[in-house]
Formats: sequence, C-alpha cells, structure tokens
Amino acid sequence: MSVEQIPVWQSVLGGALIGAGAAVLVRFNGRVAGISGILGSLLQRDAGPGGWRIAFLCGLLLPALLLGPGVDRLDAPGLLLAAAGLLVGVGTRLGSGCTSGHGVCGIANLSARSLTATVIFMAAAMVTVFLARHRGVG
Amino acid sequence: MRLASAFVAGLLFGSGLLLSRMTNPQNVLAFLDVAGAWRPALLYTMAAAVAVAAPAYWAARRSKQSLLGVPVELPDRFKFDIPLILGSAIFGVGWGLSGICPGPALLLLSRADRGAITFAVALAIGMVVADTWKRIRAAPRDAATAAVS
Repeated sequence: MSVEQIPVWQSVLGGALIGAGAAVLVRFNGRVAGISGILGSLLQRDAGPGGWRIAFLCGLLLPALLLGPGVDRLDAPGLLLAAAGLLVGVGTRLGSGCTSGHGVCGIANLSARSLTATVIFMAAAMVTVFLARHRGVG
Repeated sequence: MRLASAFVAGLLFGSGLLLSRMTNPQNVLAFLDVAGAWRPALLYTMAAAVAVAAPAYWAARRSKQSLLGVPVELPDRFKFDIPLILGSAIFGVGWGLSGICPGPALLLLSRADRGAITFAVALAIGMVVADTWKRIRAAPRDAATAAVS
C-alpha cells in the first residue's frame, strides 16, 4: 500500500460518520465508543451485561466484511506487526484508551485526561516515525 | 433496542473508518511523519469526528440516563496517573511503528491475511497482559477494602 491523496470532503465525511457512531452510542447506550476498551472488556469477560459490545463490533465489522478483499492489505514484516500489535495492546489498556476512546470520544467529552493521553500518544508516534524514517533506527 | 442502537453506532463508525481511508496504515503514517511529506487527512477526520460527537457528549453529561433509559457511564475527565501517561506513550510507539490502531486493526481482519492476523493476535495478547497486570496490582487494595467492609 502507498499513501493516497484523500479529498478533504472524504476525510471530513468519514470523520463525521465516526463521530455520528460515537454520538449514537453515548446518547442511546450511555457508553464511550472506545475500541480498545470494548475489546479489552470482551477479552476479560468481566464486563457484565455486555451485549451492546458484541452488537457494536458486529456493526463495526459489517462494512469491511462486505468489502472483503477490498480492504487494505498489510505488507509490513511480520515481526514488526507482532511487536507493534503487542505495544498497541499493552499501551491502550494501560492508558485506558486509544484513538477512538481518548482521541475522538474523550476530546468530544472535553476530557483533560483524554486530551493529555492524545497529545502523548501522538507525540510518541511522531517521534517513532521520525526515528524510523529519518534517523535510520529500526 | 439497546442492541440495535449499538449495532447502528458500530455501523456508522466502521463506515467512517473505511471512507476516511484510515485503514491504510500509510495514510496514518503520512500524518505522523511531520519531518517528511506530511499529510493532514487524519487531522480532518479526527476534527470532524470530534465536532459531530461533542454535542452528544454535552447532552450525555447533563443526563443520568441515556435516551433508552440506560445509566450513562462516562470516565473521569480530570484523573491523571502514571498508567495513563506510560500506557499512552507505549501505544504511541506501537502506532508509529505500524500506522495501525485498534479500530482499523479489526477492520483489516476482514481480509484474513497473515499480516492482519499477526497484528490482531499480538494486540489481544498485549491487552490481556496489561489487564492482568492491572488486576494483580489492584488486588491487595481490593482485599483490604473487602476486609474493612
């Protein structure tokens, strides 16, 4: 895969749909649309009445399943993907959120905690990309 | 009804992720690459998402119950601790290495190719490890609380 030229309207409309999903979940189910939180709770099986989590994930995955092979393929080395997946898993559960929970829902909720998390994970990611691409680390 | 609304919420969310093209890690990395050919697309997507979700959160904060009568459960907005900072930094490193965060990781699974499965399995293991560690660390305090009550 390579970088795409994404029209601004497409970025904005895509984002609006994401925001609408978060809005529906908080107004109707009273819950934060945080993917790492939903996944982590399901993996813990300690979530109590958590049917909404399964329902949310089914809706989330349906469009991608309909696209099937149309969804992006990953061509990064397996070891890199494994290491990155592990870090993303540990980090999002330790930090109680990811791009959706802190970055979208938390900031929309005017949460100073989520804004802090978002600034930190974005800065850490930017430094990582800088070291990998411009300083030849990794 | 609660399952239906959660399903619709997921459907909107998943469609938005696909439309915004943030399932392509290269588009994410292009935003994170501030010293290279920087692309603002992720910023437009996130800003639009926040702008649409914010009024709903404003309303949710002012009501104890959701529109379907479920208690609203929102996290503390002003709690800062070491796990938040450390965890977010660790997540950022993983995100910067791959360009993949948990939402797109799940959508990428629909192709069921080796890379997507590798990432998702590692993601699940990492989550279980962190949650187990958090539980063990909290256990002595829980025991003390139980002893008091």
